[in-house]
Amino acid sequence: MHKEVFDFQLNTRSGVPAYLQLVQQVRRAITLGRLRPNDRLPTIREVVAALVISPNTVLKAYTHLELEGLVISRAGVGTYVQPNLTVRPLQNHSSLRRRLFRWLRDARAAGLDEDAIDALMAAARLEAGDSEGVA
Amino acid sequence: MIPAVETTGLSRRYGQTWALRECCLRVPAGRVVALVGPNGAGKTTLMQLVMGLLEPSAGEVKVFGWSPRQSPTLVLARVGFVAQDRPLYGGFTVRQMLGFGLRLNPRWDDGFARSRIDLFEIPADRKVSKLSGGQQAQVALTMALAKRPELLLLDEPVSNLDPLARRDFTRALLDAAAQDGLTVVFSSHVVAELERFCDYLVVLNGGRVQVAGELDALIEEHRIHTMETTTASSLAGDPSVIDVSPGPRVSTVVARKSLALGVGDPEARLPGLEELVLAYMNSRGASNLPLPVLRGASL
Repeated sequence: MHKEVFDFQLNTRSGVPAYLQLVQQVRRAITLGRLRPNDRLPTIREVVAALVISPNTVLKAYTHLELEGLVISRAGVGTYVQPNLTVRPLQNHSSLRRRLFRWLRDARAAGLDEDAIDALMAAARLEAGDSEGVA
Repeated sequence: MIPAVETTGLSRRYGQTWALRECCLRVPAGRVVALVGPNGAGKTTLMQLVMGLLEPSAGEVKVFGWSPRQSPTLVLARVGFVAQDRPLYGGFTVRQMLGFGLRLNPRWDDGFARSRIDLFEIPADRKVSKLSGGQQAQVALTMALAKRPELLLLDEPVSNLDPLARRDFTRALLDAAAQDGLTVVFSSHVVAELERFCDYLVVLNGGRVQVAGELDALIEEHRIHTMETTTASSLAGDPSVIDVSPGPRVSTVVARKSLALGVGDPEARLPGLEELVLAYMNSRGASNLPLPVLRGASL
């Protein structure tokens, strides 16, 4: 099975520092099962060429992920998702996902934009007593 | 580790005018530095002092620990430069330009230079003046990189390029930085285009360094607050305030996160690079002045 190397995206208007955006994308991809143990992340040069960002930004993101124990770097070979990582990919929660999709469709149909959806979600979390949030 | 560029009290005067005043910087090696400021801020003067093309009027500059005026050969061998107007000789062909590079630079990497010209499909037998702006910029960058510099200075290299050529140029530059651990200092008065790719920021205005540091840390250190104009006016003179954009009722305040009034402000947000740069460009003196009286302002 041929596997595409993970693609990063960058949103320059989000106000989130670029390195943190890269970190969050890897975290999310692991949670969603799009990245699995032993998957290779693109090399620093590949990310620099694709996003036109400073190599230090990529290095900082990868160092961050390595300190979190999510990835390991093998000298001269590349950066890989930690082989021993045990995650329960969210994909398995298919019923929750389906209901969330339906809810999002309804929200958009009701005329809510992405900001309004985020605001509503944040408010609901707060009300449900889940003030943890995601760092 | 020895910083790539270190200046202490570096100043340069032309007649009665200070082009650069008491500049103190410490740029670590391997950074991609954005040097921003309006025209006449002192960006070119600073670069020329780093290369040793100018003598400081006061203070000193060190490049990888060496003084460019006292050890010019040591410094110049390590520094590449791409100027605003790309000092290529239009009457010569690309191949002839590379020939000059080979004869003039002891560390010249001819194989690299040729393969780079091939890579960008630049006709080597064409006169430089007949190339497109984007191609000329790539030739200038090739000339600077083939010296195998450890520090590359670029003075507004993309200001005359179209957006696509700009992006190609920047991509090539960052690829070189990723490969060789090169320190890059890139000056521009267009801030938006720097947002993505620099990781270290130096803001110059009126010959003075307004702010300098790691970009992520600088952004994290600041907040943007929206508050009533009457509250904002009470902040005049607060050292944590960088800049206030007053409105009739509501004002926008860019401040350090230490601002007492701002602690716990749930609406506070992090600034973008452009907002940060503009705040520091405005901040000279501005934060110490009282806000304009807005009594009777009507919409």
